[in-house]
Amino acid sequence: MSNSKLAQVPSNALIPERDLDKTPVLETHHLGINFGGLKAVDDFNLTVGRTEIAGLIGPNGAGKTTIFNLLTKVYQPTTGTILLDGKDTAGMSTVQVNKAGIARTFQNIRLFSALSVEDNVKIGLHNEIHCGMWSDIFRLPRHWRSEKIAHERALELLSIFHMEDMANAQAGSLPYGAQRRLEIVRALATNPSILLLDEPAAGMNPSETSELMDNIRKIRDTFQIAVLLIEHDMNLVMGICEGICVVNFGRIIAKGDPDEIKNNPDVIEAYLGKKGAK
Amino acid sequence: MKKLSKNAKSNAVTYAIVIVFYIVMQILSGSGTLSSSLTGQLIPICVYICMAVSLNLTVGILGELSLGHAGFMSVGAFTGVIVAMSLQASVASGPIRLVLAMVVGAVMAAIVGVLVGVPVLRLRGDYLAIVTLAFGEIIKNILNNLYVAYDAEGLHIRLLTAISKSELAEGGFMIINGPQGATGITKLSTFTAGFLLMLFTLFVVLNLIQSRSGRAIMSIRDNRIAAESVGINVTKYKLMAFVVSAALAGMAGALYAMNFTGVAAKKFDFNTSILVLVFVVLGGMGNIRGSIIAAAILYVLPELLRAVNDYRMLFYAIVLIVVMLVTNNPTLKNGVNAVWTALKGVFVKTVPVPEEGGESDE
Repeated sequence: MSNSKLAQVPSNALIPERDLDKTPVLETHHLGINFGGLKAVDDFNLTVGRTEIAGLIGPNGAGKTTIFNLLTKVYQPTTGTILLDGKDTAGMSTVQVNKAGIARTFQNIRLFSALSVEDNVKIGLHNEIHCGMWSDIFRLPRHWRSEKIAHERALELLSIFHMEDMANAQAGSLPYGAQRRLEIVRALATNPSILLLDEPAAGMNPSETSELMDNIRKIRDTFQIAVLLIEHDMNLVMGICEGICVVNFGRIIAKGDPDEIKNNPDVIEAYLGKKGAK
Repeated sequence: MKKLSKNAKSNAVTYAIVIVFYIVMQILSGSGTLSSSLTGQLIPICVYICMAVSLNLTVGILGELSLGHAGFMSVGAFTGVIVAMSLQASVASGPIRLVLAMVVGAVMAAIVGVLVGVPVLRLRGDYLAIVTLAFGEIIKNILNNLYVAYDAEGLHIRLLTAISKSELAEGGFMIINGPQGATGITKLSTFTAGFLLMLFTLFVVLNLIQSRSGRAIMSIRDNRIAAESVGINVTKYKLMAFVVSAALAGMAGALYAMNFTGVAAKKFDFNTSILVLVFVVLGGMGNIRGSIIAAAILYVLPELLRAVNDYRMLFYAIVLIVVMLVTNNPTLKNGVNAVWTALKGVFVKTVPVPEEGGESDE
């Protein structure tokens, strides 16, 4: 384990067959971070196929969100490498990683709550539609052109979740479920190649959840991107994920397709304790 | 499209307030109904409105506290004076010299803004407040010890040691004389120039806010982590807001200095920075129109209270406290809103407006 840190071992990938001949969109090798003496994440190896929907599950405090923070460089990893489209992201900042193709949502919603829904999406489009400060201030033709494109693009993206009608509402005033959906739209606006969703179904009722499942599939199919999601709702995870990775105490305890995970004794033990496994 | 028209409508009202203010004041001062002391305040009012609007860009829109806005004003003021006085011979037209002075003052303030902003705005946290506070004091002390003179050979700039008249060539004159500040300024500022500067400041700030760059700036204020996660270059946009704000303060400073025959560095001290900050806070963070109204009213208030001369600062303080309480009191706020909605209802009754859906058809 720890003495093999420098070796580039395959991360016993779970790439769906259709993606096998392409470079995985995301690969991590021996990824880890220490907080003081605590190994919050240790020797984390994962491969996500180009159009895969992958799940990251585990009990509370297992380090799932920390992994997301490592992938998006909110934290710089202590050990290991992250490859995005086969390219090493070492030394990149959150902003650079986003430009390179990782977009995410947050477990505790982080919208620009004082701004309108449309503006939230337009901020997501920031690096897609360019316009400099001077054309903005002096309202040069370029400003009007880019604003028009941004407006149309924003409404188009909002229509994925049928939210066009809410475009002018203040983001912070939306109902909880709509805020979660808006966060996904904002992340999609950055034109990512992999979308990280941190508990997208939290606080949603069963019908909203099943609609979300359809929408995640729809996003994957239309944008041809990968999705990696953290979720506690097992119906959602087992329903849409093609590969699942289970972590506990910062380490991977199991990987496999939904059926393998469901019957894995280690996973059952992690969730239910030793007695549950028997 | 409604969003766009809503912004445009709100902007129109803001511009209209400034234009109406200008016309009313022109009529009043033309007919002689305005007291001479108040007439003398007209240009400073314009200047402080510009100061408040530009500071609002940093404090309200970007969400960073700046306590040294008067420092940028002084940079613009002294640069402007140097430009205007050294061009006295070569550029005959007063207005052109004023514009040149304001432009160079703005550029200089922007450069200083970059120098202050680059190291500080990279940090997370409230460092900007501390650094701008120090900056305001440092710049005041530098200007207090700055000696600038102009003669046939060009500009003489010296720190700490005074320049004596005898060192200058024939026809040379002092521009800035240490603690005495700039003296012998030809008064170039007019109320119309102040009015045009207000319009320009509004134009720049409103257009910046309602654009791609402005959205990026506001996203940093609302949620820095989320802004980074969607690829917003936080340092760049913080710097953009801060420098634009400094440049506009520099312009206002140049106009301010050119309103007097002499101006000293001690005029631009911490109290002035706080005064402008008070305008912004009481006008509402991020509320440009509020800044205009608060600056205009609160700036003339001490003047209007001259009747109760001994107690005027007391009254001023009471007014500030009352405004603060009222703007933060939800009950009173709701009351005002209710009255406002009722009034609106009276005026637009002829057009039946269903609650939400109807509005979006506009």
